[in-house]
Amino acid sequence: MKYFNYHSAKDSKEASKLASSSSAFLAGGMTTIPSMKLGLATYKDLIDIKNIKKLSGIKVSGKSVTIGAATKHVEVSNSKDVKKAIPSLSSLAEGIGDPQVRNRGTIGGSIANNDPSADYPSACIALNATIHTNERKIEAAKFFKGMFETALKKGELIEAIEFQIPEKSSYQKHPNPASRYAIVGVYVAKHKGDVNVAVTGAKSCVYNDKEMSKALLGNFSSSSIDGMDLDSSEMNSDMHASADFRASLVVTQAKKAVDAC
Amino acid sequence: MGKISLEVNGRKVEKEAPDNTLLSTFLREHLQLTGTHIGCDTSQCGACVVHVDGNSLKSCTTLAADVNGSKVTTIEGLETNGKMHPMQEAFKKLHGLQCGFCTPGMVMSAIDLLQKNKKPSDTEIRDWLEGNICRCTGYQNIVAAVKEAATKM
Repeated sequence: MKYFNYHSAKDSKEASKLASSSSAFLAGGMTTIPSMKLGLATYKDLIDIKNIKKLSGIKVSGKSVTIGAATKHVEVSNSKDVKKAIPSLSSLAEGIGDPQVRNRGTIGGSIANNDPSADYPSACIALNATIHTNERKIEAAKFFKGMFETALKKGELIEAIEFQIPEKSSYQKHPNPASRYAIVGVYVAKHKGDVNVAVTGAKSCVYNDKEMSKALLGNFSSSSIDGMDLDSSEMNSDMHASADFRASLVVTQAKKAVDAC
Repeated sequence: MGKISLEVNGRKVEKEAPDNTLLSTFLREHLQLTGTHIGCDTSQCGACVVHVDGNSLKSCTTLAADVNGSKVTTIEGLETNGKMHPMQEAFKKLHGLQCGFCTPGMVMSAIDLLQKNKKPSDTEIRDWLEGNICRCTGYQNIVAAVKEAATKM
């Protein structure tokens, strides 16, 4: 791994002041460090944000669950408050990677990285999340721009993610048996007057499947999406699954999610 | 370059190390604690698992600077007065290892499981050991060893 300078920021202000075109924020490091070791990314400065107290913790109000960006997956999966307010979010966190990854990896890191197969981006889309940064608030629907791309500007730091509590929800994934990343993951959430079907792993970036959302809004039953023939032309195709298999998996996982709601 | 201060296996250590030093490198090359193994070096195999402030993590994917000031336990820190830890005993008794390369990480990970779940089921053990790869045993005896250790810890 190439040399870099390690900084630990005390607050968001210091973190963004230290940021430059050749720096990265370091949260759990579960993607950043392997990427640097493999030479896929090089930075002059790593700015550790885990010691910024404001960035960790979970707050639940009547309508939303707000999770600090540096909150670890294990804290989300173990939180009684999250389990009560949005059980599907807690079980999503419990299914990420392995225990050691969950002991280190953070929700903010996962979202900022926007891996096309990551779990949390689907929760953001399904639960109409608002991403709070040190500069502004961004709706999840406008945050995830493409493969590993987000609306974040250089030096902009995610501080918290605010999830809307749905009436019902479930996240179901077909995991890669080795990495536990989603080959396809579907997060279904029924809100008052709205249904989201957020899909991860299938395309280059998480998306809300409008066709299934519409069908489920008419009749919230797995029968209303049974046998749906999704367009697979933009779906990923690799050694793990072909595009057609992914299209089929999206429907299967969505049906499972609706049945589990 | 910065000063890394840790408590490793109950002993206070302080050493200068470059900022890009991984915890696994710090343990193996700066402290000569080579019980922590580096297998894949891409955080998949779990041979490098150690405990930091009571929780297991992959030391090959953690910067030493990042855990500055913490308490670290490695496989070398498990024995008491020359007696193996019950988890080590169980692995030995039930043949939970063959070549032994994955064993330090397997043992450290399994101990963390029993700290959090005193009586895990077979499924819970297998789920927990998701991040530890063994290419010899076929896992059966590892699961049996963890169950045996659960009765002793």
